[in-house]
Amino acid sequence: MLTALLIMAGIAVVLGAVLGYAAIRFKVEGDPLVEKIDAILPQTQCGQCGYPGCKPYAQAIANGEADINQCPPGGEEGIRKLADLLGREFKSLSEEHGVEKPKSAAFIDEHTCIGCTLCIQACPVDAIVGAAKQMHTVVAPLCTGCELCLAPCPVDCITMVPVGETVSTWKWRYPVIGIRPETRRAA
Amino acid sequence: MSSYLFVVIGAVLVNNVVFIRILGLCPFMGVSKKLETAVGMGVATTFVLTLGAGTSYLIDHYLLAPYDLGYLRTLAFIVVIAAIVQFTELVIQKTSPVLHQVLGIYLPLITTNCAVLGVPLLNVGLGHDLLQSLLFGFGSSLGFTLALVLFAGIRERLDGADVPLPFKGTAIAMITAGFMSLAFMGFAGLDRFH
Repeated sequence: MLTALLIMAGIAVVLGAVLGYAAIRFKVEGDPLVEKIDAILPQTQCGQCGYPGCKPYAQAIANGEADINQCPPGGEEGIRKLADLLGREFKSLSEEHGVEKPKSAAFIDEHTCIGCTLCIQACPVDAIVGAAKQMHTVVAPLCTGCELCLAPCPVDCITMVPVGETVSTWKWRYPVIGIRPETRRAA
Repeated sequence: MSSYLFVVIGAVLVNNVVFIRILGLCPFMGVSKKLETAVGMGVATTFVLTLGAGTSYLIDHYLLAPYDLGYLRTLAFIVVIAAIVQFTELVIQKTSPVLHQVLGIYLPLITTNCAVLGVPLLNVGLGHDLLQSLLFGFGSSLGFTLALVLFAGIRERLDGADVPLPFKGTAIAMITAGFMSLAFMGFAGLDRFH
């Protein structure tokens, strides 16, 4: 009886130790470059770059399939950061993917909304709440301003309202005059 | 030397795990809808079963038998096999991502494949030594793969066949499996490979 217990306990301990060691020794990390690129992208999930979201676009940049200037919401600042990270040259935003707009959030005119739920299905970040035949509304702090809800709305009751700068949303601008010598950036 | 060959051929054809011993029917019915998945499952099972047969022999021979603990076999084998499957998955994921993509989803499923437990237990019953255990495990899994691939091929054809309504789907698959089992009984004629 005691031997049986000891042997089973022994087997369990040894196997547990081996598995625990293997879990550390053979740990697989995700591609760190993709994570870094994804952190720079604005996470609007708008798809203007031609990829289904920010993570797939980051993956495509890391694999060298996509250029760094396809993200309109990220704007020039985003491209600059990507260029720094990847050691590439700065490019202006590619026109076929859209133009940079001031950061805005969707707003639903609640008198016109018919409660069709189409915009809820389109929203990539679940920032629209509402139910069928009930008025919908946008949870403004969650809205990324991707404009994906504009097209499906049958009564055009959604407008993009620019988010004005308040004390809590203001941040430092990218310096107009480069801090580093031009030669280095060109290289 | 030839006795080892007999072990393999016997395990593949004469005592096919699926058709004659009726073990591992869950993956046999579940993963045989498409040829590619059948091959993937077969390869993964071959890998685990051979390893499992070897380690189980070592556990039985050096840990359980000396202390007369035969009644712990089922328990000990299950624990060891589950650990092996986990370990292999970790190692494959690290060393060969391609292989991991092929086998990935099948590996955890194999833990609960009763053929993987049945073969080590049969090994003990048949009094095999280490090499014979390994070969028996390898042969059995080849037999499993063969059964799975043959059956998947037939099921792909069955999808397009004009099957009477009451027999459609799983019913005709069961009947087919029964016929294949009957056909494999013909290999019993090779009885020196027993």
